[in-house]
Amino acid sequence: MTATTPTLPPAVRGDTSAPRRDRGRGLRRLVPLLPALVLLALFFAGPMLWSVYTAFTDAALSGSGAVEFVGLANFDRMLHDPAFWNSILLTLIFVVGSAVIGQNTLGLLLALLMRGRNRVTRNVVNGLVLAAWAVPETVAGFCWYAFLHRTGTLNELLQHVGLSQNWLYTAPMVAVIFANVWRGTAFSMLVYDAALSDVPPELMEAASIDGASGWQKLRYVTLPLIRRSIVSNLMLITLQTLAAFGLIFVMTGGGPGNASQTTPLYMYEQSFKFYELSYGTAMALVLLVVGALFSAIYLRLIRLED
Amino acid sequence: MARRLAIYSALLLIAVCFLLPFTWLLISSVQPGSGLSAKVTWEFSLVNFQDVLNAETVFRPMLNSVIISGSTAIFTAVVATFAAYPLSRYRTRFGRGFLYIILFATGLPITAVMVPVYAMYSRFNLIDSVPATIAFMTASALPFAVWMMKNFMDSVPLNLEEAAWTDGAGWFQSLHRIVLPLMVPGLTVVFIFTFVLQWGNFFVPFILLLSPEKQPASVTIYTFFSQYGQVAYGQLAAFSILYTVPVILLYSAVSKVLGGAFSLTGAVKG
Repeated sequence: MTATTPTLPPAVRGDTSAPRRDRGRGLRRLVPLLPALVLLALFFAGPMLWSVYTAFTDAALSGSGAVEFVGLANFDRMLHDPAFWNSILLTLIFVVGSAVIGQNTLGLLLALLMRGRNRVTRNVVNGLVLAAWAVPETVAGFCWYAFLHRTGTLNELLQHVGLSQNWLYTAPMVAVIFANVWRGTAFSMLVYDAALSDVPPELMEAASIDGASGWQKLRYVTLPLIRRSIVSNLMLITLQTLAAFGLIFVMTGGGPGNASQTTPLYMYEQSFKFYELSYGTAMALVLLVVGALFSAIYLRLIRLED
Repeated sequence: MARRLAIYSALLLIAVCFLLPFTWLLISSVQPGSGLSAKVTWEFSLVNFQDVLNAETVFRPMLNSVIISGSTAIFTAVVATFAAYPLSRYRTRFGRGFLYIILFATGLPITAVMVPVYAMYSRFNLIDSVPATIAFMTASALPFAVWMMKNFMDSVPLNLEEAAWTDGAGWFQSLHRIVLPLMVPGLTVVFIFTFVLQWGNFFVPFILLLSPEKQPASVTIYTFFSQYGQVAYGQLAAFSILYTVPVILLYSAVSKVLGGAFSLTGAVKG
């Protein structure tokens, strides 16, 4: 049953056609999966299932006292909580502004501009964009905190134009969106760089011979060819941005007031500052469901080879 | 010509925009007594580094980071290698289902999982326990590690093992003797990638570890920032640089192993 020749694609490997009596052997073959299964069940699936239960109770973080089943009360409270809706709106603005528009467009633009550039240019630009991606998120937060500070680098540059202000107070959402674009663009750039290198050069040449302009080539040749990469990239960066915490927490802490309090920050405040554990868990559940939706769409898109 | 000029100016502008946020962190670290104001004094000194290079500020948190991220990376690499073997070698319905779950889990927001994990840990008295934190970090790093490891293992040809299987070798022997020696680069990438990710992980240890003497640098550097960030930004900058250097070094090592190209995004190409 293992007599596959090396030239066959990997999908041919294995023994789906093995006779029934080999079932015990088939199970034994899955033994090496056990440690991973146990860890994932205990620390990943377990808490998530538990969160489904907690979200319907009145558990508080202190843990004392009887836990009562309250049905949909936490979700009802969420529906009528203006601070929660504010956080959802800010999360939406943050995801659309920094990931879908910012990182995605800038990443594609960079990948396009870098094609055919000389090595020095590529190394310098790549190096800077990747450095912003590689630094730990707390350090990225410190960089931006100082950059946007009332007497920071940006205001030193802008003082001649008379635009200097404390950006973290006057425009906190714009600030965290720019910081997240700065931090996350590298990922989209790498995805698009890989996708563009798969576009056959003959197609571009043929389009040039037909007299297509640069923009037409991009619109009618390149973009349709890399559309799967575009959708996959959008799903992945949405997932990464949806639950972003550290960068916003360091830069604004959700403030001033709750002007930049996205749902993860609101969830943190409710669960760990106000000890509203069940309410926080209900919010975590909402985030998980939204994340699960995007993750499922992504899965459908990439399809495992059959 | 005008087109080329436009492209180069656009790239230059983008490069400058990416460089600017770094500048004050880099400059203030070597300026004595520098704060948040971006006023260059042209004084050069390593006094900020000297001030933070002590057991309490830098050494102990960095050691904690090494222990926490190192153990997580070791456990993750080992467990992911085991899991990847049947997923790469045998095609069973269960294996496929498991792969789908793994891929699905890589997309779930860890931030949202932390609230129930905290609740579970406080119930079983596991808050402020370093091993329990490592266990959760390993579990959360596993989905992506298993996926990467399976892809690396797929590129090791199967015919080498067939001889071993005919000789009656079990999965552990084939994995240990034949597959692993051929995928040292893949194993290195998974290890380094997990290590770097956990080195920078702020939220998980921030929630699960409460005593400062157990916390890794990712958390203590935030504490340092909220206490002294306003007055001693130069020291914070020095600490940040010391904390970031290992990450940069390891990332360069990974890109060397992968031959210059960062193929971590390979799973995305679809």
